Amino acid sequence: MKTKGLAAPYLVWMAIFTLVPLGIVLFYALTDSVSGSFTLANLARIGSYMPIFLKSVWLAILSSAICLVIGYPVAYYIASCSPMKQRFLYMLLMLPMCMSFLLRTLAWVALLEDTGIINSVITSMGLRPLPLIRNGGAVVLGMVYNYLPYMIMPLYTVLMKLDNRLVEAAEDLGCTPGQTFLRVTLPLSTPGIISGITMVFVPAVSTFYISQKMGSSGTTLIGDVIESQFKAAYNPNLGAALSLALMVLVFACTAVMNRFGDGEEVVVL
Amino acid sequence: MAKELIRLVGCTMEFDGETILNSIDLSINDKEFLTLLGPSGCGKTTTLRIIGGFLKPTSGDVFFDGKRINDIPPYERQVNTVFQRYALFPHLDVYENIAFGLRTQKLPEREIDERVTEMLEVVSLKGFEDRKVTALSGGQQQRVAIARALVNRPKVLLLDEPLGALDMRLRKDMQQELKRIQQQMEITFIYVTHDQEEALAMSDTVVVMNEGIIQQIGTPEDIYNEPRNAFVADFIGESNILDGIMREDYVVETFGRRFTCLDKGFGKDEAVDVVVRPEDIDIVPVSEGMLTGTVTSITFKGMQYDVIVDFKGFKWLIQTTDSPSVGERIGIKIDPDGFHIMPKSKYSGLYGDYSSFSEEYEELSDADFVPGEEDGEEEWHED
Repeated sequence: MKTKGLAAPYLVWMAIFTLVPLGIVLFYALTDSVSGSFTLANLARIGSYMPIFLKSVWLAILSSAICLVIGYPVAYYIASCSPMKQRFLYMLLMLPMCMSFLLRTLAWVALLEDTGIINSVITSMGLRPLPLIRNGGAVVLGMVYNYLPYMIMPLYTVLMKLDNRLVEAAEDLGCTPGQTFLRVTLPLSTPGIISGITMVFVPAVSTFYISQKMGSSGTTLIGDVIESQFKAAYNPNLGAALSLALMVLVFACTAVMNRFGDGEEVVVL
Repeated sequence: MAKELIRLVGCTMEFDGETILNSIDLSINDKEFLTLLGPSGCGKTTTLRIIGGFLKPTSGDVFFDGKRINDIPPYERQVNTVFQRYALFPHLDVYENIAFGLRTQKLPEREIDERVTEMLEVVSLKGFEDRKVTALSGGQQQRVAIARALVNRPKVLLLDEPLGALDMRLRKDMQQELKRIQQQMEITFIYVTHDQEEALAMSDTVVVMNEGIIQQIGTPEDIYNEPRNAFVADFIGESNILDGIMREDYVVETFGRRFTCLDKGFGKDEAVDVVVRPEDIDIVPVSEGMLTGTVTSITFKGMQYDVIVDFKGFKWLIQTTDSPSVGERIGIKIDPDGFHIMPKSKYSGLYGDYSSFSEEYEELSDADFVPGEEDGEEEWHED
């Protein structure tokens, strides 16, 4: 078929840059760093990192939940605007994403630091500076700020396509606006919710930069550990094993989430 | 005397400076089958949406059972709607779609089950309870939509072009089905359609609308036999509409000849529109004809021939079981009750000439009606 021919370059790309590296990761994870012989020792060490895994998952879940709570009303509002206004608001939403991710995170650091902009204002009023950074809250803030657009986009897509006559039909059948939302709008936007959560959760659970810049030693995430294995500690075998574990974890979470979708199509993923 | 249930008083609807409804007055009786009939953009769907509560009239009042309901939201009105293209809930199966309104009322599970089962029987969809609505045919979806509305036992059912997306045969069946349900359940039906045949076949009362104005209200027989102006005469059935002058009571002059008719009460020598239905014209030999003309085309329509005859440049449509041949000179005879005289209106001269017969006929038959292309009025409720 024609389309198959057109897809070929990407299929080749995927084979070289996805499947092969995956094989390499698997190879490293299952070999000894010194002798290069087969070993399960790397995988066995994952257990000792369990608290960090749990912390990463917890902060990612928290961020996803906050993004959902903030993002849903925003997406709902944008979808209900006139087409002109929709385009404008959507552009505003995309705009920060055109800026470098690193820059945006560093900007937050400049804002929140003990000697940062916010605290300078506070101290200039004679008050004591607030501990705004180097804690779990700051990490979650960084995640929410950076990944919120990924929550809003799929939600907006679903809500925009939602047939307004279904809302009218529900009202016609006696539903108050609140009931209409719970019984029609919300269930019909489930695919968007699942996509949004997935798109926030996956990068959040594996992030390392945000936690390094905005967190403390107590908020070291699994992404930081993996990074340090490849750079500072130079133990790529353990790093590969941890990556593998993270991948399995992400797959498991995605699978659980898709079960909620009840086989309905997921908008983005 | 039937009891009045709904009354619209001076309802005007404007959108973006455009007048969609122009001061409509309408009274609807309890248990009546009333049809709003008119071409696209005539304001019929807008009128329905005002009654349903989805639109608030720019000015004017809506009364339900004597109470003003302008500000009552749809969910507090005792009306239910069968939407154009159904608007079934895609995330629910057939059973839950029908049960939707009952669950809103928080009825006990047993009663819900009884009423849904009963409704499934009424619309002959027993055994379809667990189907996904997206897996149903158009006709089946249509019946789910009707059941979903009727199960709430509304006082009034609003139907917005409910049969528009169905093929002809199914449409005819559903017309009878709807009429039967309406009589059986003794509910007021307010039915919107652009299909005049459908309107005549089903309604107790037909409201003909055009350009946001009610043109005529009456029984199907009234509307057909006594159209009030050239628009109604042309929109309902086929009409030859001629310029005429009322010479005196019961005498009308057209094409330079005086004819006896049954109409009176016009001023002497008043200019009028004369309607002659194609089936009221008899073809006779030239020597016996009141008028003579030349046959220009013949179309076989099954039950009759549609014959176009040229009378001094004005083309008439005659429906007959005879089959004259093209080019033949024929005479015609019209009985006094075949004439219907109407006062001149702004629609005079716009309709009723069959010179461009083929185009006009296609437009009227409306065989390829696509609901989505209908009614710009549908679009502007959200503001």
